[in-house]
Amino acid sequence: MKFRSVFDIIGPVMIGPSSSHTAGAARIGRVARTLFGRQPKWAKVYLYGSFAETYKGHGTDVAIIGGLMDYDTFDERIKTAFEDAAKIGFTYEFIPEEEEMDHPNTAKIVIGDEESVMELTGISIGGGKMEVVELNGFPLRLSGNYPALLVVHQDRAGLIASVANALAKREVNIAHMEVGRKEKGEMALMVIEVDQLIDDDIIGELRALPHITQVSTIAD
Amino acid sequence: MEVLFKSVKELISIAESENKAISEIMIEQEMLLSRRSREEIIAQMDASLVVMEEAIEKGLKGVQSTSGLTGGDAVLLQQYMEKGNTLSGNLLLDAVSKAVATNEVNAAMGTICATPTAGAAGIVPGTLFAVKSKLNPTREQMINYLFTTGAFGFVVANNASISGAAGGCQAETGSAASMAAAAIVEMAGGTPQQSAEAFSIVMKNMLGLVCDPVAGLVEVPCVKRNAMGAAKALVGADMALAGVVSRIPTDEVIEAMHRIGQTMPSALRETAKGGLAATPTGKRLEAEIFGTKVAND
Repeated sequence: MKFRSVFDIIGPVMIGPSSSHTAGAARIGRVARTLFGRQPKWAKVYLYGSFAETYKGHGTDVAIIGGLMDYDTFDERIKTAFEDAAKIGFTYEFIPEEEEMDHPNTAKIVIGDEESVMELTGISIGGGKMEVVELNGFPLRLSGNYPALLVVHQDRAGLIASVANALAKREVNIAHMEVGRKEKGEMALMVIEVDQLIDDDIIGELRALPHITQVSTIAD
Repeated sequence: MEVLFKSVKELISIAESENKAISEIMIEQEMLLSRRSREEIIAQMDASLVVMEEAIEKGLKGVQSTSGLTGGDAVLLQQYMEKGNTLSGNLLLDAVSKAVATNEVNAAMGTICATPTAGAAGIVPGTLFAVKSKLNPTREQMINYLFTTGAFGFVVANNASISGAAGGCQAETGSAASMAAAAIVEMAGGTPQQSAEAFSIVMKNMLGLVCDPVAGLVEVPCVKRNAMGAAKALVGADMALAGVVSRIPTDEVIEAMHRIGQTMPSALRETAKGGLAATPTGKRLEAEIFGTKVAND
C-alpha cells in the first residue's frame, strides 16, 4: 500500500500545474533540504525520464529549487523560486539525463556548501507523493508499503534502542528496519518503516534525542 | 499495515453489511491509520474544499497561463449558458465550466487541490459544485463527497496507478471522472453498489486514454480532458442511478486500466513525445513556447 491516506488522493493542496512534476518535485527538494539541515549554497540537479523531457513546462525546476529553500507544495513563492535563490546567492544547475531509470520521474540532487556535500535520489510516484531511494550512495531499500523514517545519526552504542524506545512510547510499531554506516563511529543511517502514519510530533521527538543529526520522512 | 479495504468489492461489502455510506468507511479508515480524530480529519478535508471553491471562483473570472495556451474557456462557457440555449443542459455545462476553471487556474500556476492529481484536478470539484445547485447538500455532505472520491481513488492508486507518467491519462482524468461519478451517486441517494457501477461505467470509457501534453505542459489537451471527464462523470452517475450495471466488476476494470497502462508506450506516458504533442502544430507550439528550433521531420 503505497498510498495510505485519503489526503494522498484528495490532496495535496499545491501550486500547479502537475502533482508529480511540481508538488512531488518540491517535496523531493524539501526532503533534501531537511536532511542537509541548512540552506545549501549550490545544487546540481540531474533529471531522468519524464522529468528530463518535460521539466520546464511543469515547473519541476522551480519546484525543486523552492523545495531546496524549504518551500512546501502550496507555497506561492514556488513561482519566484529562481529570483528568490538569486537574492540569497543560492546557485543551481539542471542536467537532463538520457539514462533510463527504474522510475519515469527520478531526480538526483547534489547539494552542498563550504562544509559538506550531500547527494539524494528521489522518485515522484504520482499524486504528489515521493520516495527517497538513495542517500549519499546508500541505497534505501524500501518496500514502499509503509510510511518510512530516515534517521541520520552518529554511530554510537544504544542509539538504535533510544530511537526504538521513542517509537514504542508512542505505540508506533516498526515493520522493518535497516541500519548502515560508512565508518565505525562516523555517520550512520537508520531506515525505519512503521505501521502508523508519521506525524510532526514523532519527528520532533526523535530529533531531540542525543547524537541524532537529522530525521525526515522518506516515504510519506 | 491493516486497512479496512483493499478493493472496491471489500469497500462495498463493508458499507452494505454495516449499513454505512462509503464516505464514512473512508473516514473510519483514515482515523484508524492516522490515529487522528474525526474532527481533525474532517477539518483538513474542509480546508481542501475551501481551496477548490476558491480555484473555481478565480477560474470563472478568467485566467491565462504563462504560455498562453489555455485560459478563458470557463468564462466562455458561463456566458454561453447565460443565453439559455444549451443543448446538453446547464447542470452538465456548469460542471464542465467549473472543471475547466480549476484546470485553467492550475495551468496558470495557481493554488489547487490535487484530485487525485493536479492535471486531473478539475473533475471532482467541477462536478461537486455543479450538482450542489441541484441537490442542495449540506457542508457535511459536500465534505463526504470528497471522502467518497478518496475511497475509490485509494483503491485505484494502490492497485493500479494515478500517475500519467506511469499509466497515461486514463490513470489521471480516468480515475478522477470515475471517482466523481461514484460520489455523485452517493450524494444523489444511490446505494454503495450503484456508486461502484457508476465508477465502472465511466472508467470503461476512459480506458486507453494516453498522456500526450503539448510541450509537456499540463494544458493541451489536459484542460479539455477535464471538461469531458466531468461530463462523463455526470452521465455515468445518471446511468447507475437508472439501474444500469457494468458487466465487468469494478476491481477488474481497475486491473484492466493498470495492465493497459503498463503496456502503453513511453511516448504516450507524459513524455510529450507522442500523440497530440507530436503533431505538427503541437511541435510548433512547443518551439514557440521554449524558443527552440522545430526538427525537420
